[in-house]
Amino acid sequence: MSGFLAGFFAAALPLLAAGYWLGRRTARPQSLGDLGTPVEHATFQTLHTASLAAPPLRAGLTEETARKSARRLRSLLGTDALCLTDDTRVLAWDGVGAHHRGEIMERLTGPLETGRGEAFRLTCQIPDCPVRWAVVAPLTVDDRVHGALVACAPRESAVLVRAAAEVARFVSVQLELADLDRSRTRLIEAEIKALRAQISPHFIFNSLAVIASFVRTDPERARELLLEFADFTRYSFRRHGDFTTLADELHAMEHYLALVRARFGDRLAVTLQIAPEVLPVTLPFLCLQPLVENAVKHGLEGKTGTCRIRITAQDAGAEALVVVEDDGAGMDPDLLRRILAGEHSPSGGIGLSNVDDRLRQVYGDDHGLVIETAPGAGMKITARLPKYQPGVHSAARLTGE
Amino acid sequence: MNSAYTVPAVALVVVATVFVGAFGLRISRTTSDFYVASRTVGPRLNAAAISGEYLSAASFLGIAGLVLVQGPDMLWYPVGYTAGYLVLLLFVAAPLRRSGAYTLPDFAEARLASQGVRRLAGAFVVGVGWLYLLPQLQGAGLTLAVLTDAPDALGGVIVAVVVVATVAAGGMRSITFVQAFQYWLKLTALLVPALFLVLAWQHDGAPRRAFDEPAAFREQRTVRVADTLDLRLQRPLTVTVTGTVDGRVHQEKQVRLSAGTHRVEHGTRLTFAPGAHVPEATRGGNGGMSTSLASGREERPLYATYGLILATFLGTMGLPHVVVRFYTSPHGVAARRTTVAVLGMIGGFYLLPPVYGALGRLYAPELTLTRSADAAVLLLPDRVIGGLGGDLLGALVAGGAFAAFLSTASGLTMAVAGVLTQDVLPSRGVRHFRLGTVLSMAPPLAASVLVGGLPVADAVGLAFAVSASSFCPLLVLGIWWRRLTPPGAAAGMLAGGGGAFVAVAVTMAGFPGTGPLHALLAWPALWSVPLGFLTMMLVSLATPGRVPAGTAGVLARFHLPEQLHAEVKA
Repeated sequence: MSGFLAGFFAAALPLLAAGYWLGRRTARPQSLGDLGTPVEHATFQTLHTASLAAPPLRAGLTEETARKSARRLRSLLGTDALCLTDDTRVLAWDGVGAHHRGEIMERLTGPLETGRGEAFRLTCQIPDCPVRWAVVAPLTVDDRVHGALVACAPRESAVLVRAAAEVARFVSVQLELADLDRSRTRLIEAEIKALRAQISPHFIFNSLAVIASFVRTDPERARELLLEFADFTRYSFRRHGDFTTLADELHAMEHYLALVRARFGDRLAVTLQIAPEVLPVTLPFLCLQPLVENAVKHGLEGKTGTCRIRITAQDAGAEALVVVEDDGAGMDPDLLRRILAGEHSPSGGIGLSNVDDRLRQVYGDDHGLVIETAPGAGMKITARLPKYQPGVHSAARLTGE
Repeated sequence: MNSAYTVPAVALVVVATVFVGAFGLRISRTTSDFYVASRTVGPRLNAAAISGEYLSAASFLGIAGLVLVQGPDMLWYPVGYTAGYLVLLLFVAAPLRRSGAYTLPDFAEARLASQGVRRLAGAFVVGVGWLYLLPQLQGAGLTLAVLTDAPDALGGVIVAVVVVATVAAGGMRSITFVQAFQYWLKLTALLVPALFLVLAWQHDGAPRRAFDEPAAFREQRTVRVADTLDLRLQRPLTVTVTGTVDGRVHQEKQVRLSAGTHRVEHGTRLTFAPGAHVPEATRGGNGGMSTSLASGREERPLYATYGLILATFLGTMGLPHVVVRFYTSPHGVAARRTTVAVLGMIGGFYLLPPVYGALGRLYAPELTLTRSADAAVLLLPDRVIGGLGGDLLGALVAGGAFAAFLSTASGLTMAVAGVLTQDVLPSRGVRHFRLGTVLSMAPPLAASVLVGGLPVADAVGLAFAVSASSFCPLLVLGIWWRRLTPPGAAAGMLAGGGGAFVAVAVTMAGFPGTGPLHALLAWPALWSVPLGFLTMMLVSLATPGRVPAGTAGVLARFHLPEQLHAEVKA
C-alpha cells in the first residue's frame, strides 16, 4: 500500500508542476466575467488583441514575426484575409484567398513608392472567390516605407480603409520600437568596446621608473621586470575578444603584482585563495586588475606598515565569487557611491566604476560590484560572475594545466 | 555486527568530508606562489573527482547485491556504468566543454537560444536528480540499519541532513578535492577488504561453486524472515522451523518441505543444514516492489538486458552531477583526457563489487531470503574473516559506503539546487540557494521514508533510463545535427523523457505485477530512447523555419579546437 502511495505521489508531483506551469502560461485575462458593459468588453478585447499582436513585431519585420502577428492583426480588423509584406515579397498571409499573393505584390509597387494607402478591386478567375477588394496600408519607419499591410474583403468598405490605416500605424510604431531596440543593442556593444579598460598611464610611468632604477644596480632583475612588463602590456593591449578566463586574468595579475612589488618591496603582502573549479569561468577582459590596483593604492595610502591584500575566488553553485580585500585606509561610502554613479572621478576611481559598468552591461544589473568599506576599515570588493551567460564566450587561449 | 568500530568509522568519513570540503583550497602566502594557485585542475584530479561523484550506493552496494541474488547476468550493470563514459568520450565530452555550458539547461540555451527548452531541461534535471537521490538515501538507511539496528530511515535522514548542511553553508567550496578524496577512499574501502577476503577464500581451499545453480549453504545457518515471502523449491528440502510455514505453527521442529511453493510468515526462523540448496524467494503480500523489476527480467531476460544496456550506455551523459564536473576542465582536449582517465578509474573500481557478489553467494547465500541483499558487501568481512580483523575491515567498508552516499548525494543536491535557484525560484542569491538545497533534498527524503526497498541498483537504473531518453537525444543531436529546432528538442524530451518518467512512476507504484506491459514499463529505455530521438528529429524536420539563426556559429564553436577558434576570430 505504502509503495502504491509513494508511486502515486511520484507520478502526481510532475503532473502538478506541469499543471501549475500551464495554468500560469494560460492565465491571461481572457474575460472580465460579468463586470462592465458590452462596450467596455469590446474595448478590452480590442486592446487585448492589440497587445498580443505587438510583442512579435518588436523583433522586427521577418517571416516568423509576421506569421505570429498576422493572425492577431486579422482578428483585430475582422477581415477575411490579411497579409504582411516587406518591400519585395509577401511575408505572411493569414486567412482565405492566398492565391492573390502574386497579384497583390504587383499592385503594391505604387503604394510602396509613394507611401500612400489605396484600395483596389482584385481580378479573379474563381467565380466564388471570397475576397474581391484589397486595402493597402504602407508600414513606414522614419518616413521610409518598409512594407505594407494588406487587408482583403468581399466588398469595398470605407471603414475598412480607415481601420487598416490605423492598424498599419500601430504596426509601424512597433517596428520603430524594434529599430530602437536594435540601435540600443548596438549602443551597448559600442559601449562595451569603449569601456575596455585601459591600463593607467601612471602605472606605465612608475613601472618604467622602477625598472630604470634597477638597470645599473641589478641588471638581471631589471631584465626580468622588463619581461614582466612586456607580458602584462601584451595581455592588456590584446585586440581580439571582449572576454577572457579567470585563469588568464590571474596570470596577468601575476605580472602586474611582480612590477608593483618591485616598487614597494615588503610593504605588500598578497594572499591568494583560488578554487580551481572557477578558473575556466569567462569574464569581461581586464576586470580583476583594476580591483587589485585599487586595493594596492588604498592599502598603501597614508600608512607606513605592510599592506595586506587578499584575493579569493570561490565556487558558489552556478556562480563564481571573486573577492579582493585590503586592510588600508578605506573610503567614505557616500564618496564611493558618487564615484560609482559617475558624478565624481578622482584619479583611480575611474577603474572601479568602469568595471562596475561593464559587469552590469554583460551580466545584468544585479551583478554589479558589491563594495564594503568605511574610513579606516579597509575595503572589500565582491564580484559575482555567472559560470554561464548566453553570448559570453572567451576568445582567450586557455592556459593548459 | 559489531558497531563499536563502524560508528566511529562512519563518523570519521563524515568529518573528513566536511573538513576537506571546507579547508581543502590551495592557499598561497606570497605572490611567487601565484602560478600554483592559479593552476587549473589536471585531467587526473578531475577524473578522480568525477569518479568519486559517480560511484554511488548503487555501485558500492547494489551491484554486489544483485550479483549475489541473480548471478553473473548482473555484470551488465558495471559494464554499462563504465561504457557510458565511452559514449560520453566519443560524442559529447569535448563539444560540451567548448559550449561553455555549466549545466544541461545552460547547454540547451547555448545551442537552441530558447528559454522554453531551457526550462524543460531544468525540469528534467530536477526529475533525474530526485530519482537518483532516492536510492542513495535508501542505501544509507539500509547500511545503518544493518550495522547498528537503527530504524530503516535513520541513515537516509543523517545523509540528507549532512549534505544539506554542508552544501547550504557553502561547505563544499573545494568540491573537486572532496570528490577526488572520496574516490580514493571508496576504492581503498573495497580493495583492502577484497584482498583479505580473497586470501581467506584461498585459505578455505578456493571453492569454485560461486555460480552453481542454485547456491547452497556451506554451514548451518539460521535466517529470520523479516517479511512474509513465498519460497519456491525445485526439490524437497529439510529445514528446522520456528514460526509459521504454510499456515502451520512449528516450534524448533524439523520440517520436510516438498517441491513447490511455500508461504513463510514474517518473524519465522528457518535453520538450514550444511549443503542445503538456497530456495528462491518471491515476495508475497505487502513487500510489493523489491522484486518487481527482477520478475520482469526473469520473464524477458533478453529484453531486460538490452533495456539496461541502452539506459546505462546513453544515460551517463545526462546525469546532472557528472556534466557540471566537466566545466572544471580548462578546454575540450582536457575534457577528453579526463574522460579517458575516468574510464580507467571506474573500470578498475568495478572489478571489485562482482568479487563481493561471488563471495557473497558462497558465504552468505541466505541474504537472498531477506530484504537486505544489498548489505552483502557490509556483512562479508565479518562473515568470512570474523574477529577483530573482520570488525575493522567491516568498519572500513561501512566508511566507504557512507563516502559513496555523501559524495553522490552532495553532487546531485548541488546540481538540483543550482537549477532550482536559477530557473525556478524568483530571484537569485545566497538565501535562495539555501532554500533550493532544502527543496532539492526534501522530496527524495520523503519518498525514501515512504517507499520500501526497491533494490538500489534497479532504482538507479530507472534514473539512467529517464536521463538516456531525454538528455541523450538533446546532447547528441544538439552537437551533431544542425537542423535541430527548439520545438523539436522540446517535443523529443517530452516524448522520450516524459514517457520514461511515467513508466518509472508506474513501476514504482507497483503496477502491474507481471506480463509484457510490466516488462515494457520496468525497462523503458529500449522504446523511450528511440522515441525521444525520432520525435526530436521528426518535429525538427517539420519545423525547418525554427532552426536558430546562429546555429552554424554555435556548432563551429562546439567542434573547433579552442586555439583554432581564437585564431579564426582574431
